Amino acid sequence: MSDLPELLKQLGELDDQLVTCMRCGTCQAVCPMYEQTGREADVARGKIALLEGLAYKLVKDPEGVQDKLSRCLLCGSCAASCPSGVKVLDIFIKARSILVAYLGLPTVKKIIFRGMLTKPGLFDGLMSLAAKFQGLFTSPANDVIGTSCSRLLQPIIGERHFRLLAKTPLHREFPSLDTPAGASGLKVAFFPGCMVDKMYTGIGEASLKVFKHHGVGVFLPAGQACCGIPALASGDMDSYLTLVRENLAAFKGGSFDALVTPCASCTSTIKEVWPMLSDRMSPSEQKAIKAIAEKTMDINAFVADKLGVVPPEPAADAVTVTMHDPCHLKKALGVSAQPRKLVAMNSKYVLKEMAGADTCCGCGGSFTLTHADMSAKIGQRKRDNIKNSGAQVVATGCPACMMQISDMLSRNGDNISVKHPIEIYAESL
Amino acid sequence: MNEALKKEFAALVGKDNVMESESDRFSYAYDAAVLEPVMPALVVRPETREALGRVVKLANDNGLPLCVRGSGTNLSGGTIPKQGGIVVLTNALNKILEINEADLYAIVEPGVITAKFAAEVAARGLFYPPDPGSQAVSTLGGNVAENAGGLRGLKYGVTKDYVMGVDFFDVDGEIVKSGSRTVKCVTGLNLHGLMVGSEGTLGVFEKITLKLVPPPLAQKAMMAIFDDVNKACEAVAAIIAAKIVPATLEFMDNFTIRTVEDFAHAGLPVEAQALLLIEVDGHPGQVADEAEKVEAICKKLGAKRVQVAKDAAERNKVWEARRAALSALARVAPTTVLEDATVPRSKIPAMMSAIVDISKKHKVTIGTFGHAGDGNLHPTFLTDRRNKEEWKRVEDAIDDIFDVALGLGGTLSGEHGIGIAKSKYMEKETNHATILFSRRLKKALDPKGILNPGKIIGE
Ligand SMILES: Cc1cc2nc3c(=O)[nH]c(=O)nc-3n(C[C@H](O)[C@H](O)[C@H](O)COP(=O)(O)OP(=O)(O)OC[C@H]3O[C@@H](n4cnc5c(N)ncnc54)[C@H](O)[C@@H]3O)c2cc1C
Ligand code: SF4
Ligand code: SF4
Repeated sequence: MSDLPELLKQLGELDDQLVTCMRCGTCQAVCPMYEQTGREADVARGKIALLEGLAYKLVKDPEGVQDKLSRCLLCGSCAASCPSGVKVLDIFIKARSILVAYLGLPTVKKIIFRGMLTKPGLFDGLMSLAAKFQGLFTSPANDVIGTSCSRLLQPIIGERHFRLLAKTPLHREFPSLDTPAGASGLKVAFFPGCMVDKMYTGIGEASLKVFKHHGVGVFLPAGQACCGIPALASGDMDSYLTLVRENLAAFKGGSFDALVTPCASCTSTIKEVWPMLSDRMSPSEQKAIKAIAEKTMDINAFVADKLGVVPPEPAADAVTVTMHDPCHLKKALGVSAQPRKLVAMNSKYVLKEMAGADTCCGCGGSFTLTHADMSAKIGQRKRDNIKNSGAQVVATGCPACMMQISDMLSRNGDNISVKHPIEIYAESL
Repeated sequence: MNEALKKEFAALVGKDNVMESESDRFSYAYDAAVLEPVMPALVVRPETREALGRVVKLANDNGLPLCVRGSGTNLSGGTIPKQGGIVVLTNALNKILEINEADLYAIVEPGVITAKFAAEVAARGLFYPPDPGSQAVSTLGGNVAENAGGLRGLKYGVTKDYVMGVDFFDVDGEIVKSGSRTVKCVTGLNLHGLMVGSEGTLGVFEKITLKLVPPPLAQKAMMAIFDDVNKACEAVAAIIAAKIVPATLEFMDNFTIRTVEDFAHAGLPVEAQALLLIEVDGHPGQVADEAEKVEAICKKLGAKRVQVAKDAAERNKVWEARRAALSALARVAPTTVLEDATVPRSKIPAMMSAIVDISKKHKVTIGTFGHAGDGNLHPTFLTDRRNKEEWKRVEDAIDDIFDVALGLGGTLSGEHGIGIAKSKYMEKETNHATILFSRRLKKALDPKGILNPGKIIGE
């Protein structure tokens, strides 16, 4: 678009949502960014005011506004506590893409999203190549957590301690599956998500083990793409739409009772963001999105609510595990009891809550790369809460949170392992 | 603002604590009042009290208008800066300096968040009662400068009843000391009294000494349902006449009840014309006794039903309904204007019927809830400020509400302050001499008029 009247027009279309913010400031109490900086432009109220200012030509610097918008984890804490019910995330996601359409996408992101992420075959190929050679330029950092660090990659990833890519990605191990419903009478479509496919394959294996144990049929089609949230969070609407279409094609024709994902971010994207933006797609695509979104469930919620599991008493010498509530699970979907139930399903583990279990871990998708210092500061708080709980293991239902928490624990030299609740449950089977 | 001056501010507070980009400055152009934004020329965030004092002096030396800002949640435009002026943030000055359990006081920096302070005090087994609806985000400095109230005002009073002392910077950046840590103190003029409610126009708080009290041992909450607003108001008067002072005595009108029920499904009686939400607290024996009496009074005066909370969960339900009032109303329309006119308690029925008439006359939607025990109602206008014609009617209706409140011997604002939103009505409530006296006082203390100019008494 790239011309000012069009930018103003598009922002004007957000006006009905922007105007619902009554500037009460309540969001200051919960925003992890504001907690760190105390700056009004970092909290939802400030960002909404800036967008309104831009739309009404009181603010003339769209780049400045874009910069402020990017200083946000899209964690939804503000929306969850907003008395006025402002749809903050809808606003931010749409505004990011409007501003990118006007200002353009940074080249690096263009290469990643348009050249790679939207081409699942190429993306998978590059990633498996990287998996083969990563040992050459990384060295192990923490055995309990399973992280590495890298001098060579430091300019790109900074001081981060990260998990290596899996040698064999999940889609290579299980190219596709289509098994009928068993004892449970249920069949699910399984959407592992990029991180489980390429990094945390153990979560995918654990999920399939649990499905098998309960006699749940699985539809795992080939050709699944990224859910789209990384591209969208960077304002790349075109790549996002391409990814959604690829996924619609992959799942088309399958019959299933629920679409289940072990990634909180994927679940909330498919369930909330896909329908929110479906007006940009054809009527038949809109119908398909509605059908899929309605059936989409987080894996913790699926196992706890649909499979009628009953936790045993914990063993006397059970390992203590503390729970981190991913923003995209608790604040977006209201799922918080279910992952705890899953952990309780394994008598070898016992829950030990930390302070601030539902505060953001600081990951925020690519925020952790673009705003590394801030991300680490917010993450350090989470790490301190985990450490102070005294637990031996931390569990959380989102691979992105797992990556961030692993990084923080590893950098602090803590020997606390990080698991997904489904892994803990699967261990008991 | 010229670069040299910006550098001087940066030297005082550090480069990272000076914000000059348009997007940073615009985010300090507004507060929670529905008014037009005004962008400051610079925003500074001192991290020490010494730096705060130096910032005040530098602003005065250069004749720069200075607006102190806590969390910017005031509802009267008190933190909308002056064009070309600076905004000074207090939110980095957030240390609780002392909580003295033996002498029952605390000393705080002005940027401490109210709820965090109250929680810290509670953790020591003590109690800081003022609880404005914004307490999760408001600062104690903002509370003192607005003399903030809350739900517990009837029995426990408002912020001013807890301010034992304020140390503040005058325009030359010198510290003025006032009040003390003692229960009694008659040393010098009551300058801290002058600071309470001063909205940043007379001095900039450096430290605040606050009174603490022992917490009540027990509470009992109840909900009384009325089919007539007058009967509810009579019950309020009768409770006080029976020499019972509940900690909280809240009112909700039918529109608010229906809106809350739609939103929260709390099981409220949607046909009720008025609800009273009442809590008595104190010694367990006294609480049981007073709760029984309050229940009997409400029934005698025509309450259709009185639901007494049997346990903590039920008590929570009563207060959730009250807490949901603003959230529920705010969702009805794009713009929410929370008014604050206050009348003597006995005039609440007259005020309520006037509000109903005014809403009909100007064809505007008003939901009313608030602190019945204090005569402090919050008629809440639900509108869309983008609709110019409707917005005009809202403004006219607000004018009418002030006229009625003043006619009934009431006041423009019970707790939200005057700021710029209501300064033009000041003379109506007081008189010309009062405005002149206030202006002379300000002129003497702030000859260049840098401290939050235009607020309360105009310019
Ligand atoms: C949802 C909501 C509910 C509310 N409920 C209540 C309520 O129940 N009761 C009530 O009384 N109010 C209520 N308010 C109004 C508001 O929250 C209070 O007035 C509060 O005290 C403001 O605190 P603040 O830190 O946001 O101050 P700000 O809004 O930042 O500032 C308020 C005034 O104080 C001055 N000031 C701030 N710090 C200093 C300082 N260090 N030295 C000198 N002056 C200073 C400012 O210049 C300004 O004039 C509510 C507001 C909202 C949005
Ligand atoms: S809590 Fe909601 S209405 Fe209040 S300022 Fe934040 S976004 Fe706006
Ligand atoms: S989404 Fe999270 S980080 Fe972004 S403004 Fe809201 S609370 Fe702050």
